Amino acid sequence: MDDAIRIEKLSFSYPDGHQALAGVSLVIGRGESVGIAGPNGAGKSTLLLHLNGILRSDDGAVKVLGQPVDDKNLRWIRSKVGLVFQDPDDQLFSPTVFDDVAFGPINMGYTASEVKEAVARALDWVGMKGCEERSCHHLSFGEKKRVSLATVLAMDPEILVLDEPTSNLDPAGKWALISLLKKLAVTKIVATHDLEMMQALCQRIVLLDQGQVVAEGPAEKILADKDLLAAHGLLSAEPV
Amino acid sequence: MRHSFLDQYSDRDSLIHRLDPRTKLVSTFLFITAVALTPPDGWVSYALYSAILAIWLMLSRVPLGYVLKRSLVVLPFVVLIAIFIPFFREGEIAGSYNLWLWQVSVTHSGIIILRNILIRAWLSVLSLILLTSTTKLPDLLRGLEQLHMPRVMVMVLSFMYRYIFVLVDEVMRMKQARDSRNFGGRRWWQIRTVGNMIGTLFIRAYERGERVYAAMMARGFDGQSRTLKRLEFKPADAYFGLSLGTLVIWGNLINLI
Repeated sequence: MDDAIRIEKLSFSYPDGHQALAGVSLVIGRGESVGIAGPNGAGKSTLLLHLNGILRSDDGAVKVLGQPVDDKNLRWIRSKVGLVFQDPDDQLFSPTVFDDVAFGPINMGYTASEVKEAVARALDWVGMKGCEERSCHHLSFGEKKRVSLATVLAMDPEILVLDEPTSNLDPAGKWALISLLKKLAVTKIVATHDLEMMQALCQRIVLLDQGQVVAEGPAEKILADKDLLAAHGLLSAEPV
Repeated sequence: MRHSFLDQYSDRDSLIHRLDPRTKLVSTFLFITAVALTPPDGWVSYALYSAILAIWLMLSRVPLGYVLKRSLVVLPFVVLIAIFIPFFREGEIAGSYNLWLWQVSVTHSGIIILRNILIRAWLSVLSLILLTSTTKLPDLLRGLEQLHMPRVMVMVLSFMYRYIFVLVDEVMRMKQARDSRNFGGRRWWQIRTVGNMIGTLFIRAYERGERVYAAMMARGFDGQSRTLKRLEFKPADAYFGLSLGTLVIWGNLINLI
């Protein structure tokens, strides 16, 4: 079984009736870097929340590393799929950086020394070593983004899922984050409308619009198709 | 944005700052209990408590002005509650006043109780201010947790500490957005705007709660909260705890002799 993620005909509607996903099918192989592109409201975030069972739908099937997402597997799946949320103020909910990065490993049942080691390693990875005792709300936005990534890396996930990792970052911060992500040898799924990042990071792009997959292919091919990008809100439709 | 008004001065370094938060929590609790149990005429005890606070303050190197100013913020609430006591307490009348249609009288015993409540409240508030300005809030929370305060309450406090500034920032941005489009208008209209802002803030806070919960679940949270114990008692904790405990208990018993 060499699929990291296999999604079959997944549909999902929010309680208010808004249909966010309408029959999405998608296969992502191990070690792949896939960009989920699409305009605002295309259903990208909703799709990501299905990948570790935070949202679950009766209509369609999601399999992670060959296992179905169900109550029995939930804990295991959440240790394998690291999900980084868009707003770091949602991701970082503990008083100090240490507490936050340690949250996942502690829930996974690591021992005290393993937790400390995992926290130190993850913070070192993202270049935030020595910030353990800082308050989360005193970090700059770029620092918050990096600590957010560390909170997930500390759990050693096999699949890294990122929701708009570069939004609101300044260009220097954005490229620093991209080169950090490129160094990680895990399966990466990135929801974004940042074409530059997809070009630098992703091998394959899945284009999502109105809850449906409208195009899928190698990154160079999709990114070269200006008409396709313009039709789905990723490029300006008219010359500026 | 940088805020630190909740635990200002707590990142300084002093003998008191280095103490284990549990030592400080228990000491403060003991101190407040002793103050509350002091009889109304226990002037010696009150003097001793003030001396303890003064030593505590000097050891912690927190500016006196800051502590006094802070205590003034809390006192009005105490005064508001306690101010009516002299009027309702029965006993020897100290003075009567005619207020339009009513005649009100103040009793001696009532005044003594009022004075006593104010002194007690002030001493207690001062000790709490010393506690929060010598202990970082995360450490305080860790201390509470290891003293077996219910985890749910510790979590509520920790979320409050984490998100109060996020909400304050949100309010500030909303105010700026309003002010940059506000061209006066009638008072009634302005009040309505404030009402809408409060509603929006509530919804945003609620939705943030949902997202935070999702972020917690994504990292394996299953309703069971687990933490690492990372506090250590040092010899200084024993010295401080013992000397303060002895002083406080002695100060309270002195009235019985």
